Amino acid sequence: MRPEIALPILIPLFFGALSLAVWRSRLAQRWLAVIGTGALLASGIWLLFATLNQGPLVTTLGDWQAPFGIVLVSDLLGAIMVLLAGLMAFSAAVYSLAAMGEGHERFGYYPLLHMLLAGVCGAFLTGDIFNLFVWFEVLLIASFALLILGGERAQMEGAIKYVTINLISSAVLLTAIGLVYGLVGSLNMADLAVKFADADAEHTGLITVIAMLFMISFGIKAAAFPLFFWLPASYHTPPVAVSALFAGLLTKVGVYALYRFFTLIFTQDAELIQTILIWGGTITMVVGVLGAAAHFEFRRILAFHSVSQIGYMILALGLMSPLAIAGGLIYTFHHSVVKTNLFFVSGVSYRLRGTHELKELGGLYRAAPWLSLLFLISALSLAGIPPLSGFFAKFVLVRGALDLQFWVVTGIALAVGLLTLFSMTKIWAEAFWKAAPENAPTPPPVEPGQPLYLMYLPIIGLAAIAVLMGIFGEAVFELAMLAAEQLEDSRIYIEAVLGENP
Amino acid sequence: MTSMPSLILSTAARVLLPLLVLFSIFLLLRGHDLPGGGFIGGLVGASGYTLYLFAFDSSAARAALRMDPRTMVGLGLVIATLSGVIGTFVRGEPFFTSQWWEVYVPIFGEMKLSSPLIFDLGVYMVVLGSVMTIVLTLAEAEE
Repeated sequence: MRPEIALPILIPLFFGALSLAVWRSRLAQRWLAVIGTGALLASGIWLLFATLNQGPLVTTLGDWQAPFGIVLVSDLLGAIMVLLAGLMAFSAAVYSLAAMGEGHERFGYYPLLHMLLAGVCGAFLTGDIFNLFVWFEVLLIASFALLILGGERAQMEGAIKYVTINLISSAVLLTAIGLVYGLVGSLNMADLAVKFADADAEHTGLITVIAMLFMISFGIKAAAFPLFFWLPASYHTPPVAVSALFAGLLTKVGVYALYRFFTLIFTQDAELIQTILIWGGTITMVVGVLGAAAHFEFRRILAFHSVSQIGYMILALGLMSPLAIAGGLIYTFHHSVVKTNLFFVSGVSYRLRGTHELKELGGLYRAAPWLSLLFLISALSLAGIPPLSGFFAKFVLVRGALDLQFWVVTGIALAVGLLTLFSMTKIWAEAFWKAAPENAPTPPPVEPGQPLYLMYLPIIGLAAIAVLMGIFGEAVFELAMLAAEQLEDSRIYIEAVLGENP
Repeated sequence: MTSMPSLILSTAARVLLPLLVLFSIFLLLRGHDLPGGGFIGGLVGASGYTLYLFAFDSSAARAALRMDPRTMVGLGLVIATLSGVIGTFVRGEPFFTSQWWEVYVPIFGEMKLSSPLIFDLGVYMVVLGSVMTIVLTLAEAEE
């Protein structure tokens, strides 16, 4: 019996329920948010160390054995993602204390936050594809509500696109799961991996079709080209803490599902799938970064950049070599940390200046020099400047692509890095460097009990992580290599779930 | 809502509310192997309170419910979550493993209690609480 595998799901479920039970008391909800996400972070660290020391961990829910019952599996990929979720959740919760208006908090912001996290962690840990669908729904419903919290017109417009496209994605996912069940009569991921590997030649075509359905569904959730348009339409509309959490976590769930499915289950028609992933990823990079270059609103630029960075992660999966996948994993972690942090910075600049428009911003370097430094760390890390985290992520990934002699793709990936630097410089020059414009709007009134240092704390913490991931790049790389080797050899996962001789 | 109070409706509602709540508890307890359970029980209970709301008004329904429906949703979720960890703390079994206890009750004899029943109790409270939240919000918006 391994309690640590289920804890990252049970902790947010429990704290979400508890903060709903005390929904009258705003103070209690705020405390529960910090304690609950802190506990989630601690359980994520525990899970990662346990997985590192003992190999993939498995627990059967309700004691129903695999492949019939639902199993929770924590291999290194899952454990790293759970740790990431804990980290993002904790920093977002602390940030929310100072950034969330009372109106949002009274309408159930904190219970929704916990439920979102339960869905995210459940998706990372489950070893059953239908259960994965259920966790996706849990996190989507929570995210729908978070997205429209506050009820502004722009939020509704963004939310309609978000909800529609995600419902389509869920329908496609459910169809694919139904086809899988009709074909092999199983929903357990490890069992599916075994059954698809031994499938008759006559079924190969159908299996490829199913694989494509899964790719479309997860591609929508990850915001990959050409299904990304919902992300820039919706991510800049909700309160900053919500945008930051969404940008850091939600698309990563789609990326995670792609990694899990296309290294474990669908490994037969590898060449076709790899080609699609590589070019899909490359085009996603280019389109995202061009979109970012065209915008002049702080959060819109960041949202478009998320799309471009997702491209790198999908490209890494498409290359499919251990080195490239290790690069993709570092990239996923690094991007969550840095992008969340940039959104946090945009929140502080809004509080100081009362606008997100770059044209109306300015003079932040003089007004808040430390904020400028923190922004610079995250922005340069995103662009991949050494010695920050982004440099190593990009370095490992590009090295993996060069080893496989993908010259064109490598060139595009590097060029996109330059363009990223360009749009980060644009924000730097407009918001921080230039003098404040004369007709600048007035900053919004600050509610009592929302000290500014609570917004700075998570920004400092995440910036420190971005620096440390660069300085201790070798340790990070070794961990990512271990995780990539586990993904490469699917027998490790299968034996952990089904025993030695499935 | 009570622009024209109906004597028949309000008298009937007073009698029907306890009956419907009793019936909903019967459904809740019956639910493991036979038709019933927390979800359907919660719906029947909610229909009783909604009838009461139609006969009188929203504040009367709130008073009859005795607990704020949103708090009830939260408590129900807490109970349902905790029912899954009983087996882990008592016997070290995986989460959500069903636990069964035999209890001797005078008159009725041997009875079986289980952690799925506790889970169902949580579901009952969540369903009753969320339906009543919706109904009361709509009624109060109209008033």
